Amino acid sequence: MASIKETGEKLFDWIDERLKIKDLVSYMGGKVVPRHGHSIFYYFGGLSLFFFIVQVVTGILLLLYYRPGADSAYESVKFIIAKVSFGWLIRAIHSWSANLMILMVFIHMFSVYFTKAYRKPRELTWLSGVGLLGLALFFGFSGYLLPWNELAFFATKVGTGMAGAVPFVGKFIMTLMRGSDEVTGATVTRFFGLHVAVLPAVTTVLLTIHLILIQRQGMSEPVEWEGMPESQKKYMPFFPNFLLRDLLLWLIALNVLAILAVFFPYGISPFHWDLGIKADPFAPPPLVIRPEWYFMFAFQTLKLLPAEIFHIEGELIGIFGFSLAGLFWVLVPFLDRESARGQKAKKFTYIGLVAVMFMIGMTILGYYLK
Amino acid sequence: MKRMLISVLFIGVAMSLGSVNRTMAADQCITCHLEWEEGANAPSKLFQADIHREAGLSCADCHGGDPSLDDMDKVRQSKGYIGAPKTAQIPQFCARCHSDATYMKKYNPALPIDQFDKYKTSMHGKLLINGDVKVATCISCHSVHDIRNAKIPTSTVYPVNIPKTCSHCHSDSTYMKPYGIPTDQYANFAQSVHGIALLQKEDIGAPACNDCHGNHGATPPGVDDIAAVCGVCHAKNASLFDQSPHKKAFEEGGMKQCETCHSNHLIKTPADSMLGVAPGSVCADCHSQGEQNKGYETAAAMSLLLDSLVHEEKKASDIIGDAEKKGMAVDDEAFALKDVHTSLVESRTLVHAFSLDKIKPELDKGIKLAAATYTQGTGIIDDYYFRRKGLGIATIIITLLALLIWLKIRQVEK
Amino acid sequence: MTDDKIKRRSFLNYLIGGGLIAWAGSVAYPIFRYMKPPVVAEADESQVTACTLAQLKATEGKFKTFKFGRQIGIVVLLPSDEIRAFSATCTHLDCTVQYRPDWNVLWCACHGGKYDLTGRNISGPPPRPLEQWTAHHDKTSDNIFVSKTKGA
Repeated sequence: MASIKETGEKLFDWIDERLKIKDLVSYMGGKVVPRHGHSIFYYFGGLSLFFFIVQVVTGILLLLYYRPGADSAYESVKFIIAKVSFGWLIRAIHSWSANLMILMVFIHMFSVYFTKAYRKPRELTWLSGVGLLGLALFFGFSGYLLPWNELAFFATKVGTGMAGAVPFVGKFIMTLMRGSDEVTGATVTRFFGLHVAVLPAVTTVLLTIHLILIQRQGMSEPVEWEGMPESQKKYMPFFPNFLLRDLLLWLIALNVLAILAVFFPYGISPFHWDLGIKADPFAPPPLVIRPEWYFMFAFQTLKLLPAEIFHIEGELIGIFGFSLAGLFWVLVPFLDRESARGQKAKKFTYIGLVAVMFMIGMTILGYYLK
Repeated sequence: MKRMLISVLFIGVAMSLGSVNRTMAADQCITCHLEWEEGANAPSKLFQADIHREAGLSCADCHGGDPSLDDMDKVRQSKGYIGAPKTAQIPQFCARCHSDATYMKKYNPALPIDQFDKYKTSMHGKLLINGDVKVATCISCHSVHDIRNAKIPTSTVYPVNIPKTCSHCHSDSTYMKPYGIPTDQYANFAQSVHGIALLQKEDIGAPACNDCHGNHGATPPGVDDIAAVCGVCHAKNASLFDQSPHKKAFEEGGMKQCETCHSNHLIKTPADSMLGVAPGSVCADCHSQGEQNKGYETAAAMSLLLDSLVHEEKKASDIIGDAEKKGMAVDDEAFALKDVHTSLVESRTLVHAFSLDKIKPELDKGIKLAAATYTQGTGIIDDYYFRRKGLGIATIIITLLALLIWLKIRQVEK
Repeated sequence: MTDDKIKRRSFLNYLIGGGLIAWAGSVAYPIFRYMKPPVVAEADESQVTACTLAQLKATEGKFKTFKFGRQIGIVVLLPSDEIRAFSATCTHLDCTVQYRPDWNVLWCACHGGKYDLTGRNISGPPPRPLEQWTAHHDKTSDNIFVSKTKGA
C-alpha cells in the first residue's frame, strides 16, 4: 500500500519537472464550494458535463456502425438495435442521455440566472454558457434526423421550414441547413458532419473556456452574501468533499440511465423516439408531427399565433419575438445593473419566473393539445 | 281577298302541322306507348335504359312494323310487323341480329355471334326445341326491354348478379319439380368459398354459375369434364392430380374428380382435417386400414406431417409475436416466418399428388425452417431477460460502490 | 490518527478501489462486446447485388431469386437480353414466383397465377400486380444491382 502512494508521488514529481504544475495543483486544492440553502444547484453544471461525456462515448461507439445517407442511415440504426451486441443499449443510452443533458443544461442555466451568478465578474462565463446552450440544442436537432425515420424527417422539415420564414436571409439559411431545397439525403449528410465534427469541435473550445473561467473565478456566492463577514460564510472543500459527492451523483445518474435504457428504450409517453418506419419524402405526413420536447414551447407558441398581425405574417412576429427574448437573455449580465452592484434584483427574478412558467406552460399545452 | 288569305293561311298551317307531325312521328311506337302504358315496369319506360336504345335502335328494329304510324291496327298490318314473339321463338328472334356477323360488326365487332348455336347444345336449348317453354330463353337471363351491358354492375348477367338470376328458376322447387334435379345449388353456393368471394366480397375473379357451366351452352360438366373445369383456375392442383394414383382410380370408379372430395356447389375452404384417417376426414371415406390399402397409410402419414408443420409454424409465430410485443427487434425472424407460411401453402397444394414422396421434401423444409425460427425466437426472449438480469447486476455493483463512496465522504468529513 | 483509524481508512480505500474496478468492468464489458462486429457484418441498403450476369445466363430458366432487405426479389434475363427485376412475392398468398421463358411470364407455382413482364397480374388468383424494381448491370464487375426505385 505504501508503494502505491510512493509511485503516485514519483509520477507527480516526474510530471512537475516537465510542466511545473505544483502551483496549479495547490491552487486547485484550495478550491471551495459555498454552502447555503441553494447549494444543491452547484451539481447541475457537473451533471450536464457528465451527460455530455456519456454522449461523446456512446456517440463514438455508434459511429462504428452508423452510416449516413438516405440509402443506409435507417438500415444501419436498425442494424445497431437488432444485430450488434449491446447495440440496443448504446443507442438507448445515447437517446436518453441527450434528453437528460438538455434538461440538466436548462436547470443549470436557470439556477445560475436566479442566483444572479452571471453578474460581474462572471459575464463571460454566462456568454460562453449561452453559447453552449445553443450548441446543445443544435446537437439535439441535428442528431434527431440521423436515423432518417418518418418522425425525424417531418420534424426536421417543419423546423428548417421555420428558419426559412426569417425575412431576407431565411431562404438562404434554410437551403444551407438542408443542403438542398427540400429535406433529403443531403440533409442527413450535412447534419451528420455537424453533429460529429463541427459541433463537438466548437463545444470543446467553448467548454474549455467555460471551465477555465470557473476554475479561475471560483464558485459564485449568493447575492445575500455580499457584505457578510467572512466568518459567517460556510464553505466545503472541493477536493475531496464536493468531488466525492459529485462522483456519487454521477454514479447514480449512470444507473438511472441504464434503468431507463432497459425499461424505456424508446422513451416514455408522450416523449417517444421509436425507430418507426423509414422516411419517405413522397408519403403524406403523419397525423402528429412533433419536435423534440425542448423545442415544443416555441413550436406551440408559433402555432397559437394568428396568421396575420397588422399585415405581417404571424409566424414572423413569433420568430422576431423569440429573437428579441434570446437577445435579452444573452445580454442579461449587462442589463442587470443592480446585480452588478451586488444588490438584489427583484425585477430580473420576476422576468425569469415569467420565462420559466411560459416555457413550461407552452410545453405542457403542446402535448396536451395533440 | 281576305277569305283567300285566311284559307291559304289555314291550309299552310295544316300542312306545316302535318309535316311537323311527320318529322315527330319518326318513332310513334315510343311516343304512344310512353303515354299509354302504366306502371314502372312498362316496356317503354324500361327501354330508356336499354343498351339497344343507346346503339340507336328502337321498337321497330326488333318488333318490325312502320314506326311512323300511330294507329295500332295499321301498325299490325304494316310490312314486316312481328310483334311480341312466342316463348319458343325468342332465341331465333334475338339471333336474327345477334348471329349475323355482318350486322353485328356495325355495332360491336368484339361481341360473339355464336350464342344461338351454343344455346342449341345446352340443356335449356334442347328442352325448348322439344317444346318445353318453362326453360330459360334469352330474356330469362338478360331481361327484355332494359338489357344492359354485362360488364355493368346493374346488369342481370353481371357476374355478381348471375347466381341470383339463375336461382330465379333453379331454386324454385315447385317450378323445377318436373325435372328432378336439386334446387339447393344457390343456397349451397352462397355458403361456399366462391360464393362468399363473389356475392359478399364482390370479387369478380371468383366463378359464377356460367364460369363452370357455360353461359349459352349451359350444361352441367360431365364426370370427365369437371376436372378440366376446375383446372382452368386451379391448374396446379389439377396437374398434380393427373399424375397421382387417384386419376386412374377415379376414372375406373366412375368418381368425379375434385367434386368427390370438395363438393360442387358447397365448396368450403379446405381444412387440414379433410386430410388423414380420422373420422370426419375425406380420405377415410374410401380408405380403411388393411394390407391392400396403401392409401390409408399415405393419408395418415401426410396428415401427420402436415399437422406437424402447422404446429411448428404456430409455435414459431407465437414466440416471435411475444418477442415483438416485448419490444425486441424481430425483422429477420418475421421474414423467415413468411417462408414457413409459403411452405405450408405449397404443401397443402402438393397434397393433390397423393404421394408421400412428393410432399415430404416441402414439409420437411418448412418444419426445419419453423424449428430454426423458433430457436431464434427463444434466443431473443432469453436476450430480453438477460438485459434485465444484466441491469440488476450492474445496479448492485453501482449501489455497493455508491455506498462505499458515501462512507468515504462520512469518513473524510469527520 | 490512531492505528485503528488508519486501518479502517486504508480498508475503505481498498474496498473503493475494488468497487471501482468491478464497476469499470461492468461498463467495459458491454462496450467491448459492442465493438466486436456481429455475424452479419453489414446493414442492408436500398440497393443490393442480386447476382452476376454470368450466373444469370448460366441458370436454367434464366432467372434468379435474391433477398432484398425483408423481401424476396427475382431478376430475369429476357430473350431480348434485357434484365428486369421484380418483387417475387405473389400477391395472392405470398408464395415466391418464378420466370417461365416458355410462356414469357412470371408464374406462381402455388395456384398458377401469371404476371406479364411489367408485373401486371394477367391470369389466375393474384389480385394485384408485382412491383417492378430497377435492375442495373455494371459491366466492370458483371454484377447486377437492384434498387427499389421505379423507372430507369
